[in-house]
Amino acid sequence: MTVLTSPLGRLRWTLTDGLTLVGREVGRLRQEPGQIVAALVFPAVMVVLFGYVFGSAIQVPGGGDYREYLMPGLFAMVTFSSWLGVMTRMAGDASRGVMDRFRSMPMARLAVPFGQTGADLLIGLLMLAIMVGAGLLVGWQPRNGLIPMTQAFLLMVVLRYALSWVGVHVGLAVKNEQVADVLVPLGLPVTMLSNAFVPTGGMPGWLRFLADWNPVSALTAASRELFGNPGAPSGDVAWPLAHPVTAVLLWSAALLAIFVPLSIRAYMRGGR
Amino acid sequence: MPDPIVVAEGLHKSFGDTQALRGLDLNVPRGTVCGVLGPNGAGKTTAVRILATLSDPDAGHARIAGYDVVREAGKVRERIGLAGQYAAVDDKLTGRGNLRMFGRLSHLSRREAHRRADELLDRFGLTDAADRQVAGYSGGMRRRLDLITCLILRPQVLFLDEPTTGLDPRSRGEIWDSIRELVADGTTVLLTTQYLDEADQLADDIAVVDHGQVIANGTPDELKATIGDRLDVTLEDPAALPAAMTVLNTLAGADPTATDTDRLSVALPGGRRLRLADIVRELDRAGVAAADVSLRRPTLDEVFLRLTDREETVR
Repeated sequence: MTVLTSPLGRLRWTLTDGLTLVGREVGRLRQEPGQIVAALVFPAVMVVLFGYVFGSAIQVPGGGDYREYLMPGLFAMVTFSSWLGVMTRMAGDASRGVMDRFRSMPMARLAVPFGQTGADLLIGLLMLAIMVGAGLLVGWQPRNGLIPMTQAFLLMVVLRYALSWVGVHVGLAVKNEQVADVLVPLGLPVTMLSNAFVPTGGMPGWLRFLADWNPVSALTAASRELFGNPGAPSGDVAWPLAHPVTAVLLWSAALLAIFVPLSIRAYMRGGR
Repeated sequence: MPDPIVVAEGLHKSFGDTQALRGLDLNVPRGTVCGVLGPNGAGKTTAVRILATLSDPDAGHARIAGYDVVREAGKVRERIGLAGQYAAVDDKLTGRGNLRMFGRLSHLSRREAHRRADELLDRFGLTDAADRQVAGYSGGMRRRLDLITCLILRPQVLFLDEPTTGLDPRSRGEIWDSIRELVADGTTVLLTTQYLDEADQLADDIAVVDHGQVIANGTPDELKATIGDRLDVTLEDPAALPAAMTVLNTLAGADPTATDTDRLSVALPGGRRLRLADIVRELDRAGVAAADVSLRRPTLDEVFLRLTDREETVR
């Protein structure tokens, strides 16, 4: 029945159990169609709100349509929502005792963090697809061809996966659904403090420094470059904005290197 | 005594400065229900968490079906089920969805997981609610689902940590029935509870835990016998209280307590037996008119209070 002894068997069960947990998230979405509707409406609202409200007043540096400028920022925003969702789900499982049940079962131990991050990837792809639809409707399009476009989406997926491990770690640390819910609104200011919606050039020096080094900015700049959308920084810019693709890859590698071992350790030790 | 399936020897566990367990010993024979009884903070949950491999002891060791809970945790997990103080199920899924998911995570094949889910839902009367989201279940239904989730792999030992806390009497009764049914199948149950009637109803043996140790051990009857029968007398006239005190003192061989202006109560020292007729005759002879005389077994509450020193009413 259960063979968790050999390394190969363990890997197999980690994958199988991880997939079961991904299936669990799909099941949850199926039970709550309202969530899917919210996931559909939210990006549309963002596109309209930022595209037409802000767009009426903001001048894109170097000229160009504001909505073309905005879409890479919204893609980055959706990407960064990853850690919040994972954190909330991990904290929910911890506070309801579901995590204890998992730990008392003969399942593969690593399946829980890998399953949660895998499920988030699926949710992320769904949200990205909806966002692309909304963008195309308001006139955004990738203008550099298929390969750069694919590269841009891959960057989003890689950074999203790395961020979801931050969510695992924070969720395990707070262990409390209410605390997690309080943390969620903090996600917005973190995304706003970037070049996603407005150019950073006009910000006061210290704020500009934070915004330039925010990984949201690097991802936004990288997708603008790869999609061929307006807003490429000119003149003397911070390093992450001058080399956005490298910056996103470095951010992802750093987050994974730090948070995968930390989260796994926290999960294995949990409650001991 | 048959070989014990749950053995704990000298378990110690501290959290910072708090000593949750100080040398807890426990033996549960196969196929029995062991009630672990104790006030809040006595160490019940800590003990269950160690036995269910969720936590490691600082000292001492424990074995489930012969497997060490620390070194052979994987083997232990294949043989146990745990239902904690919260209903640890996914609110957003249906009841059936939960059972299928936990079945898959228990490494049943997809078909087997589905079959087992249907079987358990049917047996524990949840078929009608099976396809509703758990968020809409009543507290009792949710606990019942939580309980049957532990049964997917037919565990040899089931740990139930306060399984009926916060439930209404009817739901408690339903959970009790489910537990009795499991025991009839041969499952060994270790049950922690603060409800003495729950232990009295379900447990073959009771371990009273306080300050991280087992302070008394035995069947409910054995525990009751340790503090002897109780004699309660209600007088017709409060003025007769001093005279009644003297009579009861002589009869019982212990000091009675006045529980009201016209009421007396005394615990007979262990093993001492009295007959109702003798009591009434002696009271009559002293000119005391009694409105009511009762002689009864102590309740488990009285045993518990006396053992855990939480109150001095039983002297």
